[in-house]
Amino acid sequence: MIGIEHYIVVSAILFVLGVLGIFLNRKNIIVILMAIELILLAVNINLVAFSAFLGDLVGQVFAMFVLTVAAGEAAIGLAILVIYFRGRGTIAVDDVDRLKG
Amino acid sequence: MIQTFAFYLFAVLVIASAVMVIMSRNPVHSVLWLILAFFNAAGLMVLVGAEFIAMLLVIVYVGAVAVLFLFVVMMLDIDFAELRAGFIKNFPLGIAIAAVLLAELVLGIGAYRVGAIELGTPDGESAPLLDRSNIESIGALLYRDYIFLFEAAGIILLVAMIGAIVLTHRKGPKDARGQQDIGKQNRRRPEEATVMKQPGIGTGVEL
Repeated sequence: MIGIEHYIVVSAILFVLGVLGIFLNRKNIIVILMAIELILLAVNINLVAFSAFLGDLVGQVFAMFVLTVAAGEAAIGLAILVIYFRGRGTIAVDDVDRLKG
Repeated sequence: MIQTFAFYLFAVLVIASAVMVIMSRNPVHSVLWLILAFFNAAGLMVLVGAEFIAMLLVIVYVGAVAVLFLFVVMMLDIDFAELRAGFIKNFPLGIAIAAVLLAELVLGIGAYRVGAIELGTPDGESAPLLDRSNIESIGALLYRDYIFLFEAAGIILLVAMIGAIVLTHRKGPKDARGQQDIGKQNRRRPEEATVMKQPGIGTGVEL
């Protein structure tokens, strides 16, 4: 029988993979954004699993809010990426030093 | 039995596609693997009885966010080979940090399993409604207790939408396509913008 631990383990692995993705693709901000989406997905799986196994629907309501913030974050992040690419012709994170002074 | 099988199928697929998202050479493939990961996560949520969140995941993530990623990846002319330069160099550090993080999480789950962590019990105020579907229960809770948070979520989406438009909108010459001239719009009168016609039967309209 599948218990809550199975779901927590899956979401823990997914979370760690997201963090690993940020470290591995440190130059490519598109993949970093995708890794952040993976992390948020792990959080959502956790919220939904606890909500279902504890019989408390608040977890699913909050999973919806996490989804909202994730969608907004992706839209704003990609918009910033697009205008950055227009100005510089590259998206390498290492070159982002205009505010360095 | 079938539930156990489905859980392991979805779990293995979601983890495998997450690995492919961060390892794949081509970001377009990364986005496609991300879509597969979202579908399988939705499957996991259906298994546990949260159909609404599962469908929301498919609609919002696959339908909107992943397509947005695809657009950006395909429309910008980016040299992705150059961006992968530090991949091998960062690998040991990344694996080390990931291993430490995973060990911590597994320790936490183990502590919960042996009973060292008290999760607390739900107060029953937001339990699923009897004889009602998942979406009806969530709707009742969302519009009763969390209505202001729900509206705040709407405002967040509005701000994100306006922000994305303002950031990416190109200012061109006044008469270029897509540029708004508010004075010109306000000067427009109905007489010069529309015409009334009363065509006879079978004659059609000449403009």
